[in-house]
Amino acid sequence: MRVLPSGSTALLVEVESLDDVLGLYAALVDEPLPGVVDVVPAARTVLVVTDPAVASLPDVEASLRRVRPRPGSRGTGGTVELPVHYDGADLADVAALWDVAPDDVVARHTGTGWTVAFCGFAPGFGYCTPDGEPWDVPRRSTPRTRVPAGAVGLAGPFSGVYPRESPGGWQLIGRTDVAVLDLGRDPAALLRPGVRVRFVAVP
Amino acid sequence: MKAVTVLATGPLTTVQDLGRPGRGALGIGRSGAADRAAAALANRLLGNDPDAALLEVTLGGLVLRAEADLLVVTTGARCHGATAHNAPVPLAAGRELRLGGPATGLRTYVGLRGGIDVEPVLGSRSTDLLSGLGPPVVSVGDVLPVGHARQPLPDTELAPLADPPGGEVTVRVLPGPRRDWFADDAWTALTTRPWTVTAESNRIGLRLDGEPLRREREGELPSEGMVRGAVQVPPSGLPVLFLADAPVTGGYPVIGYVADVDVDRCAQLRPGQDLRLRS
Repeated sequence: MRVLPSGSTALLVEVESLDDVLGLYAALVDEPLPGVVDVVPAARTVLVVTDPAVASLPDVEASLRRVRPRPGSRGTGGTVELPVHYDGADLADVAALWDVAPDDVVARHTGTGWTVAFCGFAPGFGYCTPDGEPWDVPRRSTPRTRVPAGAVGLAGPFSGVYPRESPGGWQLIGRTDVAVLDLGRDPAALLRPGVRVRFVAVP
Repeated sequence: MKAVTVLATGPLTTVQDLGRPGRGALGIGRSGAADRAAAALANRLLGNDPDAALLEVTLGGLVLRAEADLLVVTTGARCHGATAHNAPVPLAAGRELRLGGPATGLRTYVGLRGGIDVEPVLGSRSTDLLSGLGPPVVSVGDVLPVGHARQPLPDTELAPLADPPGGEVTVRVLPGPRRDWFADDAWTALTTRPWTVTAESNRIGLRLDGEPLRREREGELPSEGMVRGAVQVPPSGLPVLFLADAPVTGGYPVIGYVADVDVDRCAQLRPGQDLRLRS
């Protein structure tokens, strides 16, 4: 792992893989380091934000280097089952891309377990990564200016659910009625890093 | 009910507090007052809790009417006609606070003893203009409730403080996580040439104009976490210095970081002002 500078209050830890990110994130959530006020996982990095009044950056870096990442950290945050109406506007395009029937896309999406690796793009937007072989779905060449809340999409190696209406370039394969972001709920986001996700087909 | 009625807002007025720290993993940025030091000073002078909400006024123009006897202070950019700058004064029921434009600086904080008591969202009353979280932008006709102070008033009645400077401002910049994506001459250019703040700047970040920086390393960077102060270089080569409403993650290389203590001063820069980033 490489520790890169990120200003006077943060450190950016770069690791080899998404699984390493999950393992390090799980360790930092299980046993918070003194002086660390936020931990932000991403695709290959974990940003560690500190309160310099509590611990200096060199001290935090030293304790970071002693952290033992949790091996096999997929699914340390409980399981969420998301009922999905698979009627997305891009379902046929994805099927054509894979040279299969639309039902086969649904079968693959519901037939594998997923883990939220990190959030980004918008509050509560969880990037879900599948068990087993990584997926690879190109983004739409022209992003949509308006994607409705609850839309279930694919892009690159990830699947995700749009928490609120927004622009977006993911291939839309369905929609869920479950609010993945509810500002009145604590925690507000359903799809948090480490949470296991099962997509279930509903009519 | 203690309250103020908004009679004019100027170009942009929002409610701000310390923001929503600690939620980056959910894709939720911190937000909060762009000039944290100025906002903290206002609350201190009023005997408010540090997390009390106040108004962040951009380029002046705010007019408020007190609906009860209140105590008010302004900090940050000093507006013409501001009688309560860095020194709280009473604002009797029915009286108005009228802010003209500031001579220098960009953001004025209007604090009221007891704090602005609008409904918090995820633990904060800050309006995040990037994610849309928090109370709506303040508009004419709004009646903003004012809370009750729990602490006694401090002894100090005036904070002696220099106004935000006009003209060129120099801040310290540290190497960022992707400094090695740029040749040494790009780092030298970043840290020696002046950068002009453009009109596209906002609470999310300062968009800077100058000689574009050349990237040495091509290819895509997977999005990674960042905080305010990050100096990101998009494909145009013109850096963006992120402020309070910075995105939680970004996909362009961050060449450097403005030291956190200096970010407040950057939040007071107005379009046309020059910024120097000294390493």
